[in-house]
Amino acid sequence: MSFINYSSREINCKIVYYGPGLCGKTTNLQYIYNKTNPEAKGKMISLATETERTLFFDFLPLSLGEIRGFRTRFHLYTVPGQVFYDASRKLILKGVDGVVFVGDSQMERMEANIESLDNLRTNLGEQGYDLDKLPYVVQYNKRDLPNASPMTELEEALNPTKVPQFEAVATKGVGVFDTLKAVAKLVLTELRRGS
Amino acid sequence: MGNQLVMYEEELQQINHICDVLHRDANAKAVLVIDKNGQAIAQAGEVEQLDVTSLSSLTAGNVAATGGIAQLLAEKEFAGQFHEGEKTNVHISIVGQRLILLVLFDERSSLGLVRLRVRKASNELVHVIEQLVKKSESASQPSVFAEITDADIDNLFND
Repeated sequence: MSFINYSSREINCKIVYYGPGLCGKTTNLQYIYNKTNPEAKGKMISLATETERTLFFDFLPLSLGEIRGFRTRFHLYTVPGQVFYDASRKLILKGVDGVVFVGDSQMERMEANIESLDNLRTNLGEQGYDLDKLPYVVQYNKRDLPNASPMTELEEALNPTKVPQFEAVATKGVGVFDTLKAVAKLVLTELRRGS
Repeated sequence: MGNQLVMYEEELQQINHICDVLHRDANAKAVLVIDKNGQAIAQAGEVEQLDVTSLSSLTAGNVAATGGIAQLLAEKEFAGQFHEGEKTNVHISIVGQRLILLVLFDERSSLGLVRLRVRKASNELVHVIEQLVKKSESASQPSVFAEITDADIDNLFND
């Protein structure tokens, strides 16, 4: 749910990074955080376990600049990927404006990807959202690994609706900003359509 | 996006005023009004040293998690929370199912006083929210977003 403040002339939107455990959702946010000017970002918060697995969420507030005199601010969230944190994932999807699904390209993670994508659809449905109507992009992460599945297989399994998709190596930043820009554009376009 | 929250000058002034009065009457350190999705809406008191954005997001996460616990226990919701610190205490309450009222206070105040003043402020805030929802629905104000062009959106990313 975007929040439009006519008084302070701000648009606030919420983007959620979703995907299976260890696919690189937090790594995406960390890269964005490290490469963004200090004046354009707030503090990055990670509610993680002692072994640095996301426990509840990561949060990164970003300011993108002005559009028609309105400051656009995006709040980026990740969900915990591990299967048993499903209750937490549902909470984080509340009020979402745009979704990034981060898939893990490794062959042995294909099933986990499909399970996570099904889980995303189900959890969105419970909140009254339809993934096919939301601003939504797919990122295939870890493209540099030798055991990465071919793109055609990943596309077929994870992007049947042909939304914008990006190959990424989040640890090196490849594809990270392309993904963010694509989903942010879709969110703003949707805002215009809804107005 | 039918559930979009829109804030106008007039209502924000009213919310700011309610925060100021609550801050004063409750002897609080700071008062924050936060949207349930974690967006900061208004604040009063000693907020210069606070990371309001992070505080808002974490408080909303906390309220959402507590709401999840309530559901598991077949409770509608837990309307209030209190965290006791060595120096600073936190009182969190849900207002009109949509907003969160966060009050930070220290030894200059007490939980009883804060609760009492929060109740009054909550009632006033509920009225403002109702007014705001009506206004958003009637959409008498032309939306600035209808005029946004593809070029405007592209320009945001020209770095």
